[in-house]
Amino acid sequence: MTNELDIFVGNTTLIDEDVYRLWLDGYSVSDAVGLRVRSGILEQTGATAGVLQSDTMDHYRTFHMLERLLHTPPKLLHQLVFQIPPSRQALLIERYYAFDEAFVREVLGKKLSKGTKKDLDDISTKTGVTLKSCRRQFDNFKRVFKVVEEMRGSLAGNIQQHFLLSDRLARDYAAVVFFANNRFETGKKKLQYLTFGDLAFCAELMIQNWTPGAVDSQVDDMDVDLDKEFLQDLKELKVLVADKDLLDLHKSLVCTALRGKLSVFPEMEANFKNLSRGLVNIASKLTHTKDVRDLFVDLVEKFIEPCRSDRWPLNDVRLFLNQYSASVHSLDGFRHQALWDRYMVTLRSCLLRMYHD
Amino acid sequence: MTFKTDVYHKSLNPQWNSEWFKFEVDDEDLQDEPLQITVLDHDTYSANDAIGKVYIDIDPLLYSEAATVISGWFPIYDTIHGIRGEINVVVKVDLFNDLNRFRQSSCGVKFFCTTSIPKCYRAVIIHGFVEELVVNEDPEYQWIDRIRTPRASNEARQRLISLMSGELQRKIGLKVLEMRGNAVVGYLQCFDLEGESGLVVRAIGTACTLDKLSSTAAFLPACNSPSKEMKEIPFNEDPNPNTHSSGPSTPLKNQTYSFSPSKSYSRQSSSSDTDLSLTPKTGMGSGSAGKEGGPFKALLRQQTQSALEQRGGSPHRFCRNREFPFFTLTAFPPGFLVHVGGVVSARSVKLLDRIHNPAFVGIMGNTRSYKLLDWNSFNSDEPETRDAWWAEIRQEIKSHAKALGCHAVVGYSESTSICEEVCILSASGTAAVLNPRFLQDGTVEGCLEQRLSWQPGFFSIGSEKGEVDFFPQSQDSSSLLGQEENLPAGCGFCHIPYDELNMPFPAHLTYCYSCRKQKVPDVLFTTIDLPTDATVIGKGCLIQARLCRLKKKAQAEANATAISNLLPFMEYEVHTQLMNKLKLKGMNALFGLRIQITVGENMLMGLASATGVYLTALPTPGGIQIAGKTPNDGSYEQHISHMQKKINDTIAKNKELYEINPPEIPEEIIGSPIPEPRQRSRLLRSQSESSDEVIELDLSHGKKDAFVLEIDDTDAMEDVHSLLTDVPPPSGFYSCNTEIMPGINNWTSEIQMFTSVRVSRLSNINLTNQTLNKNFNDLCENLLKSLYFKLRSMIPCCLCHVNFTVSLPEDELIQVTVTAVAITFDKHQAVQTTKTHVEKSLQRASTDNEELLQFPLELCTDSLGPHPFSPAKEHLESASSNSGIPAAQRATSIDYSSFADRCNSWIELIKLKAQTIRRGSIKTTVSVEKASPLTEGHFRQRSAPACANSTVGVVKMTPLSFIPGAKITKYLGIINMFFIRETTSLREEGGVSGFLHAFIAEVFAMVRAHVAALGGNAVVSYIMKQCVFMENPNKNQAQCLINVSGDAVIFVRESELEIMSTQQPIASCQPACGGGEIAT
Repeated sequence: MTNELDIFVGNTTLIDEDVYRLWLDGYSVSDAVGLRVRSGILEQTGATAGVLQSDTMDHYRTFHMLERLLHTPPKLLHQLVFQIPPSRQALLIERYYAFDEAFVREVLGKKLSKGTKKDLDDISTKTGVTLKSCRRQFDNFKRVFKVVEEMRGSLAGNIQQHFLLSDRLARDYAAVVFFANNRFETGKKKLQYLTFGDLAFCAELMIQNWTPGAVDSQVDDMDVDLDKEFLQDLKELKVLVADKDLLDLHKSLVCTALRGKLSVFPEMEANFKNLSRGLVNIASKLTHTKDVRDLFVDLVEKFIEPCRSDRWPLNDVRLFLNQYSASVHSLDGFRHQALWDRYMVTLRSCLLRMYHD
Repeated sequence: MTFKTDVYHKSLNPQWNSEWFKFEVDDEDLQDEPLQITVLDHDTYSANDAIGKVYIDIDPLLYSEAATVISGWFPIYDTIHGIRGEINVVVKVDLFNDLNRFRQSSCGVKFFCTTSIPKCYRAVIIHGFVEELVVNEDPEYQWIDRIRTPRASNEARQRLISLMSGELQRKIGLKVLEMRGNAVVGYLQCFDLEGESGLVVRAIGTACTLDKLSSTAAFLPACNSPSKEMKEIPFNEDPNPNTHSSGPSTPLKNQTYSFSPSKSYSRQSSSSDTDLSLTPKTGMGSGSAGKEGGPFKALLRQQTQSALEQRGGSPHRFCRNREFPFFTLTAFPPGFLVHVGGVVSARSVKLLDRIHNPAFVGIMGNTRSYKLLDWNSFNSDEPETRDAWWAEIRQEIKSHAKALGCHAVVGYSESTSICEEVCILSASGTAAVLNPRFLQDGTVEGCLEQRLSWQPGFFSIGSEKGEVDFFPQSQDSSSLLGQEENLPAGCGFCHIPYDELNMPFPAHLTYCYSCRKQKVPDVLFTTIDLPTDATVIGKGCLIQARLCRLKKKAQAEANATAISNLLPFMEYEVHTQLMNKLKLKGMNALFGLRIQITVGENMLMGLASATGVYLTALPTPGGIQIAGKTPNDGSYEQHISHMQKKINDTIAKNKELYEINPPEIPEEIIGSPIPEPRQRSRLLRSQSESSDEVIELDLSHGKKDAFVLEIDDTDAMEDVHSLLTDVPPPSGFYSCNTEIMPGINNWTSEIQMFTSVRVSRLSNINLTNQTLNKNFNDLCENLLKSLYFKLRSMIPCCLCHVNFTVSLPEDELIQVTVTAVAITFDKHQAVQTTKTHVEKSLQRASTDNEELLQFPLELCTDSLGPHPFSPAKEHLESASSNSGIPAAQRATSIDYSSFADRCNSWIELIKLKAQTIRRGSIKTTVSVEKASPLTEGHFRQRSAPACANSTVGVVKMTPLSFIPGAKITKYLGIINMFFIRETTSLREEGGVSGFLHAFIAEVFAMVRAHVAALGGNAVVSYIMKQCVFMENPNKNQAQCLINVSGDAVIFVRESELEIMSTQQPIASCQPACGGGEIAT
């Protein structure tokens, strides 16, 4: 005797968090049943495998029906078909939009296009995240991207409003969108050590300081693109390294201030010009899209790797960067103090965050 | 009458705010017809595409004290695509006076599905049985169905059924008015889809005169009747109700059950009047009772009977109910139920006549002749036939009741099972003796009224409980009840109403274990809920008997004969199984018994569900003893003794599980045993009397009345096995099919109503009765196990009102549908104070959750400002007004007499304001594209209803008549909905499971939306009366019909009630948050 039809419908939709997680992780019903059996649930509840199978099927069906609504979370709140308490609605949405660290590192900065979607099976094999889950996560990125891409107002705010995500998750999505839009290269081998958290941190600072929204809150795309004018202006910083006097003066200011405070002072002194040239050149090149994409590669190559090879402790990096950016204010010949600050405040924080093994 | 709005161009969120539709409707139509709203997608060149429809039953607006406006978001439903969006509709009705004594409408009569006197009402008089049926041709089988689309056919069917149930309700209402009642309680309406022979809608109920509780206004029971002067008649003309109670010497001859010989039909229109003149044989039942049952019983019976009769005798009364003293109620005011005789049931197998439809010959044939032949024959003949069938069955029930020495039947219900052209009609109820006082009009005194007003609600704490304590049990006594008055409470109803020397069936009588004065049977089966004053030991449990019997496929009469031959055996075996399982549980009474016999092409299925309890008044059940037929065989005997041991262990385990530990009573106190021909009530599988050699293996359970189960064939062996395969629910779970679980009374507020459906395909080869039984048993057991597993997060909890329905949609398919509610309870027998503490902390927890979810709340506050008339606000207002003002004040504001005038006749005015459709189509599923163009403003606007839906609009549903931890403050009207869903893309919708899952979820949603639009926040006494599922996987098609009903109510949490009384509105948004408590 086989059950042709087997359903359970509650007036309040039952959501089993464990099954939801298995569903989100892309397990098939039979795999999910297997995993649940292994979790010892049968012993705890005295249920049979058949009961578990039926229960899992039922939950999967419910989730499948809810998925359409989860694509536009406000609909989940509006709809009348599933009576779900608000706390559960929030949980459903939050979990649906949550993503795997391993997965996001793979697609971060990539174009959210069909091409990338085709590569998902490779990503799946590489990361161990099931293809189904990869697809969901990718589609989430893409969906969020499409909705907020051309919207005015705060990026994270828009995401939160349209997808009802928690503050934390909305900010992560803002980072994903920002990376996808600017196509920052993050996949290079030397960047592999960076976590999503590192990159999201940088993205948030860049959104705050380097986008048009940082100066004017009423422009389109204010948070998604980098401020073109700002990037153009950054060329002016070139004088810091191009003008030899200015460079020497800058170096002496920094060295004077840090003498005796750095454990790696000699190395710093020796490398100062290289480091400064690196940081300023990065700024001045940002008008080219190609160089924008390589921003993180450049930061690692031009600053982090040299410091790391000289074994700078993090605290020395911090002292150096603080002094390095502050000293510019004492350079009388330099007129772009505000611009310098807008650039360096963000860059300094990014570098410090990125400076680890 | 159809009205059209303008086309709202190029929008997925159209609004038609500007226009109002006012139209006049005849009062009859208003009752019969639902309001239909069709939403179309405008196409310039082709025909407009239908998006979906909304059917709104406006009946709740027709009682003065119910809802005044229907306003809210309704799902737009399409029979092919399901819910496709929502529309906000506001409906108002203005009734105009028009004095017309020949009116056909019965607006103002309240209908309740609840099978007890609804909370916040009290019964002034319980008049009795009302029934009606309407027959029509099923549109699905009309010739036109061959050329119209499935959608058109489904809609025609939905509309017809809506129309028919409206008509039925109106006709029943008229009968109630004629009986001078103002309400129908325990209203049960059913559809019989008879296929080609038509569609029957029938309903039964109990007519009552209800009075709103704590209403100080004088109540006029007959104020709704058309002619005013009639109001004064009843009490003056009626003979003194006490004349017949002159004493025990009343001659027996007077005891004829001549109910209302002077029937005066005031009108002819009713198509289904049961016109049989019923003068039942005054045989065994009454006669024997009079002989030996003591003068008291005869008196009592006669008393009630006369009470029933005298109103029938009034020429102004329409006294159909006298024919059948039936009551669809299952719970009664204390004192109403005097004795319970036992279950009475009747079944009859009928052949549905095929009606020749000329349309089958030539589709576009002569329409006129088609009409003549078809509709006329239908409308004139059919109801008569069906009515006669039911009358026959009811007559049988009545005579069964009489045989049990009872004059009334309570907990009465009717059902059908149809397969092809064979139809089994079933009726069952509990024979009972009722207290005549409650059936009379004039004699109601203050204290009695108050007693009546008390509702069976000991489960809830607070004010109601206070009321209970207020009325000492001694008030039960009355001169009429004679010796009964000295009895301790809670055993009276167990005492046998029939004559012990002339019993209608073999039973084992003892003196009552509570009062030691009256006789009680050893077991008691009833279809009612456990009376609130009954004393039980331990907890109850769900007991089911399941049975399948194969039958040869046959046509027409041969088939009917085969079924008729099988039925008695099935009844017997079901009964045996119930009895065995009851004994195995160590219990002695069954409540809420419902035996369903389903007929299929090649089999019959029987499923009986009941709640077993241990009544203190009844004797301790003996154990089960197994007797082997061939006791010489050593190994066989060993086997037997092994089995016996297993059974004994099970009984012991069950007693522990259900906490059944009755105090040991020394034999001598019980008194001299009644002369008893048999010491054992034996269950003999064969006629052989080998039971003399019963192996006395166990005496601990059995006293002398051990239950002997003789196993002389494999069949019986299997029975014993099946007895033992029923596993008890996991710890922390209890289940029952009655309203509440005997022995649990500290409910907490979490409830979860659910419907579960399973369809199983039998492996068709070599089906035997045994394998069939096993399959069926497994199906039910697994279903229960699944439920326990699914609801495990609610432990400790109880599944209440577990309602199983079996149907056999096809040859090898068995469909089992279960609807029940899981209610949590406090494991520790909590004192009131601790309980409220728990509730408060729960509440706090839920508000905490709310805080976690900041964003919707923010949106909510955002949007509420600019939309002062958003539903959320209205909810707040209504919530505050409902809870803030005591029920009494609101009740007094209702002027009954003016209401009567208003009802008398009419010109109606319906104002319909369709505001907005959101999400016109769901077809475009890629939401990104749609969401992106939304501006902020747009979004904000849309978020207003969102908040209403997600936080304010929580609607609870429960099959029970109450909501634990809450007080029902208002009944808003009956919900009775019928839906059809069909698909031609079954696979794409997730197969049969996906299809039905979505449909049931949609049905729930539509019920909730209607309740919310009426201003309610719960449906009580919810029932899914029908769930007919048909599939054709080869064609990728499926169809399902669902019929649900219930009572829309407003409830207020008791904890909030306290807050409300001290605080003002701000707190009233709590219900919304409170709704968040749910299974986690």
